[in-house]
Amino acid sequence: MQQIIISGVGGQGVLFITRLLAQAAVDQDRHVLISETHGMAQRGGNVVSHLKVGEPRTESALAETGAGRRSPRFEFSSPLIRPGRADVLLALHADGLAVHRHYLKSAGKAFSNTQDAQDSNALDATRIASRLNAPVSANLVLLAFALASGELFCSAEHMQKVLNRSGGRQLEMNLNAFRAGLSAAREKLKP
Amino acid sequence: MSKYHILLGNEAIAYGLVECSCTLAASYPGTPASEVLSTLLGLKRQHALDLHAEWSVNEKVAFEVALAAAYTGRRAAVIMKQVGLNVAADPLMSAAYTGVKGGFVLVVADDPGPHSSQTEQDSRFYAMMAKLPVLDPTSPAEARQFVRMAYELSEQFEIPVMLRPTTRICHARQDMELPCFSGFRQTPAFDRNPGRWAATPKFRLMLHHQLNEKIESIAQQAQFYPRLANDDPLRLAAERGNRSGSVCILASGVVFAHTKEILADLHLYDSIPLYQVLMPYPLSAGFRQELLRRYDKVLVLEETSPVIELQLQNKEKVLGRTNHVVPAAGELLPEVVEDIVRKFLDLPSAERIEPPNIAGRRPTLCAGCPHRAAFFAIKKAFPKAIYPSDIGCYTLGLNLGAVDTVLCMGAAIGLAAGFYHAYRAGGVDHPPIAATIGDSTFFHAGIPALLNAVVQGTRFVLVVLDNSTTAMTGHQPTPAGGMTVDGHQVPQISIAEIARACGVRFVETADPYRLPEFIDLLKKAGNHTRDADGGIAVVIAKRPCLMDRTQPRSWTPRNIVINDKCKSCDFCIKHFECPALQSPGEKMPVQIDRTLCTGCAVCVHVCPNRAIEIAG
Repeated sequence: MQQIIISGVGGQGVLFITRLLAQAAVDQDRHVLISETHGMAQRGGNVVSHLKVGEPRTESALAETGAGRRSPRFEFSSPLIRPGRADVLLALHADGLAVHRHYLKSAGKAFSNTQDAQDSNALDATRIASRLNAPVSANLVLLAFALASGELFCSAEHMQKVLNRSGGRQLEMNLNAFRAGLSAAREKLKP
Repeated sequence: MSKYHILLGNEAIAYGLVECSCTLAASYPGTPASEVLSTLLGLKRQHALDLHAEWSVNEKVAFEVALAAAYTGRRAAVIMKQVGLNVAADPLMSAAYTGVKGGFVLVVADDPGPHSSQTEQDSRFYAMMAKLPVLDPTSPAEARQFVRMAYELSEQFEIPVMLRPTTRICHARQDMELPCFSGFRQTPAFDRNPGRWAATPKFRLMLHHQLNEKIESIAQQAQFYPRLANDDPLRLAAERGNRSGSVCILASGVVFAHTKEILADLHLYDSIPLYQVLMPYPLSAGFRQELLRRYDKVLVLEETSPVIELQLQNKEKVLGRTNHVVPAAGELLPEVVEDIVRKFLDLPSAERIEPPNIAGRRPTLCAGCPHRAAFFAIKKAFPKAIYPSDIGCYTLGLNLGAVDTVLCMGAAIGLAAGFYHAYRAGGVDHPPIAATIGDSTFFHAGIPALLNAVVQGTRFVLVVLDNSTTAMTGHQPTPAGGMTVDGHQVPQISIAEIARACGVRFVETADPYRLPEFIDLLKKAGNHTRDADGGIAVVIAKRPCLMDRTQPRSWTPRNIVINDKCKSCDFCIKHFECPALQSPGEKMPVQIDRTLCTGCAVCVHVCPNRAIEIAG
């Protein structure tokens, strides 16, 4: 199972990114449990989503009980992630890194959208999205960048299919931003 | 494609209602409950359901509309947030006595935290006070199942049943299979029976006896008995020779979900009995006795008040909020639960990085929000006034220093009147009083307050911030829309006409985007409150919410630029607080964030140095 924190400020599309990841997981036959921020905080305040993703429902997800029966292995029941338990933090806003880093476990990975993108897991996603005339798509740039690292439960190719299927008026813009995130990841990897 | 769909808790509840062939649902929007009715409206359109769904003017009216449908034998539901039940408490108490014929489910969403509410109140106490059963789901999927159980219980005992999810259920998402909807016919039949539906006090006593009998029997219903969640693992452990100790945990709602996961992580799921209390009230007397006989220590984990705990009536054995083992305020986050469980079981405390002590970003009115313009104008026209305000997006006028009080829906007007009397009775000249209320809030609870203020001879300025929608909760319609949710035309209700009908003689409507004119109008309104034959003045600040895409845009966006007169005083940033105006650093000229600026051009009038202008 994987525990993911997606953080940002209201209006950045934290809920959208969370839903894409959750849909990708369900398509792979995994259970998901999510907690979202709604209400007043959505007006520009700090917004955070908690996402828990189970293992695919194959043989490996079944546990042998003492009675020789096989029952689904218990994975999670709480919609919230405890501090120090998250595998991945996606910070769509630089603030999110400071406000939500304590959710990460010591070996966890944080991917952040920051202007000063020195760290190998940081990217100025807003600048990349602005160059595409779509500054609101910075969320997808960062998502693609994080997926390219291989640290998340699903691949960039799989996510691209989910994104394609999600459709909508912004699809072309979203796909452009997603591809730009993937190229940015390749750039970063170059020595 | 997977057969599993990801549903929000509130969507799952709506699916549950439709699965059970609910024929009437009424609601007033409020976080965290708003998405239940909006989902129902979507399902109704999609599946052409036999369902009347409405955004009522307030929760009390919604309750009564739904209740009458249940009086005729049809299944009905009313949906609201916890503070909405304060408004609907009057019909709730009485409906417990009259009971119902068709199933009646009251969905009340509580908000421990609180995240988006004035209080952390526990609606289960209302169920207890009214003597109604209440169900406390632990997940979105369970919330949906509980709808069916609630309807069956409601019909079996002819009693309203409360379903009480909390924010973490309402705004959790979970994968589940979608139901197929197969409605059944429910013919309305109201059987006249004044001894029940119009009972006088003598009959009321009889109804109270009947209610007591119902609630006694409901407590004995096996399917609502607390469940031992880890019965199987405990039995297996016992077969292996591991005896469980004489302690146990009782939990309900999302706190149960946290506790289950924590016990599993601590490898204690097969040794510490964990009970899920699906119906916190009424708790069976037999269960209580058995529990206290079997265990030496019982930890009770529930949100937000000790409803289960108080029914257990043994302070030696029972640990919870009443003996400060569980904090008396705030959400029981999983980390809080872990700390309590570890202490209860004498385990070392968890190693944890504490959250940083930073304030984070505060929410703010959107760039281009007409409320910001109205608040700036109010501060200009009445710089030293008392500013009573109300519940909605415009509560964020706090950031602009234009909100002094926020109490409950409609209170801006009642408090404004009270402030007037307090100063006048105190023998001092009253400071200007400039109250603000949103359009939806005005319809909800402002009208009786305005009428009262007029007939008590009070004087203040009331600005109705009319953005023609219920913005904060997701743009639900208001009575001014002139349209039902099904698209039928109905009369448009005019706030100005209501204000005049309440006896207000100064009623003007203006666009807050036209800032200088709007400030002048406010000053005129202020004069009316001081005139010998003056009184209350109502100014309607009319400009649609920018985020509501269903409303026409009657404004051409202007291209705003900062000229070289900017002295970096940051006046605009501190006193106007538009997210599109940004300071790149101290002593640096202000910049405009093009991605946020809507071109409303109000800020042009804000800068004392005329450094903000329209280009070209």
